[in-house]
Amino acid sequence: MSSLLSIKNLGVNFDTPRGSLEAVRGVDIEIPAGTSVGVVGESGSGKTVMCRAAMGLLQGSNVQRTGTVVFDGNELTAMTKEQVRDLFGSGMAMIFQDPMTALNPVRRIGSQISEGLRVRLGMSKKDALVRSKELLELVRIPNPTAVLKSFPYQLSGGMRQRVMIAIAIACNPKLLFADEPTTALDVTVQAQILQLLRELREDLKMSMVLVTHDLGVVAGNTDYVAVMYAGEVVEYAPTTKLFADMRMPYTEALLESIPKIDHKSGTRLSVIAGRLPNPTDRGVGCGFAPRCKYAQEKCHTQHPELQKDPDGHLYRCWFPIGEAL
Amino acid sequence: MLKISFWLKRIAQLLIVLLLVTFGVSLLLRLIPVDLATVLLPVGTENERDILRAELGFDKGPIGYYLQWLGNFVQGDFGKIYFSGGTEDVSAHLADAMPRSLLLMAYTQVIAIAIAVPLGVVSAYRAGRRADKIISNTLFTLSSVPNFAIALLLVIFVGVKFAWLPTLGYVPLSDGVWEHLKHMIMPVISLSLGLIATYTRLLRADMIAALREDYVTMAASKGLSDQRILWRHVLRPSSLTLLTSAALSMGGLIGGAIVIESLFATYGVGFEVFAAIAGRQYVALQSTVAVIALFYVFFNLVVDIASGFVDPRTRDRRVNA
Repeated sequence: MSSLLSIKNLGVNFDTPRGSLEAVRGVDIEIPAGTSVGVVGESGSGKTVMCRAAMGLLQGSNVQRTGTVVFDGNELTAMTKEQVRDLFGSGMAMIFQDPMTALNPVRRIGSQISEGLRVRLGMSKKDALVRSKELLELVRIPNPTAVLKSFPYQLSGGMRQRVMIAIAIACNPKLLFADEPTTALDVTVQAQILQLLRELREDLKMSMVLVTHDLGVVAGNTDYVAVMYAGEVVEYAPTTKLFADMRMPYTEALLESIPKIDHKSGTRLSVIAGRLPNPTDRGVGCGFAPRCKYAQEKCHTQHPELQKDPDGHLYRCWFPIGEAL
Repeated sequence: MLKISFWLKRIAQLLIVLLLVTFGVSLLLRLIPVDLATVLLPVGTENERDILRAELGFDKGPIGYYLQWLGNFVQGDFGKIYFSGGTEDVSAHLADAMPRSLLLMAYTQVIAIAIAVPLGVVSAYRAGRRADKIISNTLFTLSSVPNFAIALLLVIFVGVKFAWLPTLGYVPLSDGVWEHLKHMIMPVISLSLGLIATYTRLLRADMIAALREDYVTMAASKGLSDQRILWRHVLRPSSLTLLTSAALSMGGLIGGAIVIESLFATYGVGFEVFAAIAGRQYVALQSTVAVIALFYVFFNLVVDIASGFVDPRTRDRRVNA
């Protein structure tokens, strides 16, 4: 199977006054065409930075990106900013976590949707507005004509997220990065948005990278899952396989921290104790070792390499679950 | 409907501001420990002074005097300027001085904003890089030179040494646009340099903050060029502080440009204020200050309306407030 997006040894460093901050290191991810890949991890694990770095959206003189990113035969990491930009919209697109802040507050919805169509596809203003209305209908916004003339602050959070999706899919992208598309929304709206993304993906034959901190979101919406921790991919497997046979203690801890419907009321919620390691000083051992209930001496002193099961299941652990110690 | 009631409320507020300002000035004049009639008519007879006192309301209490002045003012009678040969109407003086000041103010603001906006955009885009440093340092240096010093340098070099521009006087627009502009260039440059520095800094700071917003990354992910993002997505939401600052500097430019007006003999409203103080023409002073306050309040209202168009959120927030 050919990969639509292939990320090899991606690293991102931020120069800060307190030293170099290693936000992402050694990430390898393959996104096969037509699939949906989940990227899971807790806040600060580098999910968002990884996606933005893959697309080349990290700006600033203090950002250093290493590794290679190949999208649809184009080596993004070897191209100029302008060349990469030509792939945005019809190649890659992104939807953002917080629909409150990701839409321009002072411009009407219509101009924000049609802008991409006019700039990228060269449509006339009139045609672009007609198409914008169709896009709003596609993302199931009631009364699209009125919404085209609205400002973002006049819409609800769920509506804004739909608008953002409309903007992202406007030029029929092959790959959609969805960066925590439902985190800022109510649970009922979350389900609607995920349903919408699923349908759009099928209708438009789009691949998707779905970033979330919620394993529950990943379960029904992705074909593969990459679990990230402290800037690294620590486990990668087909979604069904991951849930049936997880190898990485961190993934298990993440899963255990989801509240269960059959929990008795009054039961304490399970949490992962401790914090992510300091990103300016990652230490020598496994980043998860201080928080891991299976950790051994070796975990604190040696950084685990990526292991590969014969079936392609990847994990980064010296003592994976399911193996005799 | 809500919007109309909001603007009515806003206009009522501004009217109250105007009443307070004019009453305050009126009260101050009455607090001066001199007999105003004697000051205005130093060589007249006591009988003539009594007539003047009754005419101007000096014989009434502070409130009675203020109401009489206000009654005259709203009818367009701004009082008189008294000198040994007779009197002149303040309104005639202002009718001559106001267009000079308004044009000077308008040119200064237009030039300052037209230069500050691109400089602010560039220095925010290149924040911390060389272009930003050059712009920031140059403007900081220029803004720390007082405007009369700049004016004098201009007079010496542009006016005298190279004799490119006239150094004195004012020519009304009706006597030829180019003649008019020639006399305005140097005063406008002198007044606008400081404003350019202020406006550029404000815009730069707001744009740097806006450039970190998600909607900028979103715009980039649509495949827009940096130019388009800066001008179409970042400038507008970043320009409110600039607009407010421009509104606040209106008053200073109309009534407070006395040094520049004197240097170039533009003789606008600032000079009228100065002449009224120097000649102890208290009635003229009171009316001139009132007219300046009127324009100041008016321009602030205009900017209020304009900022509603620049950022629609402010418009609706007000309605809700």
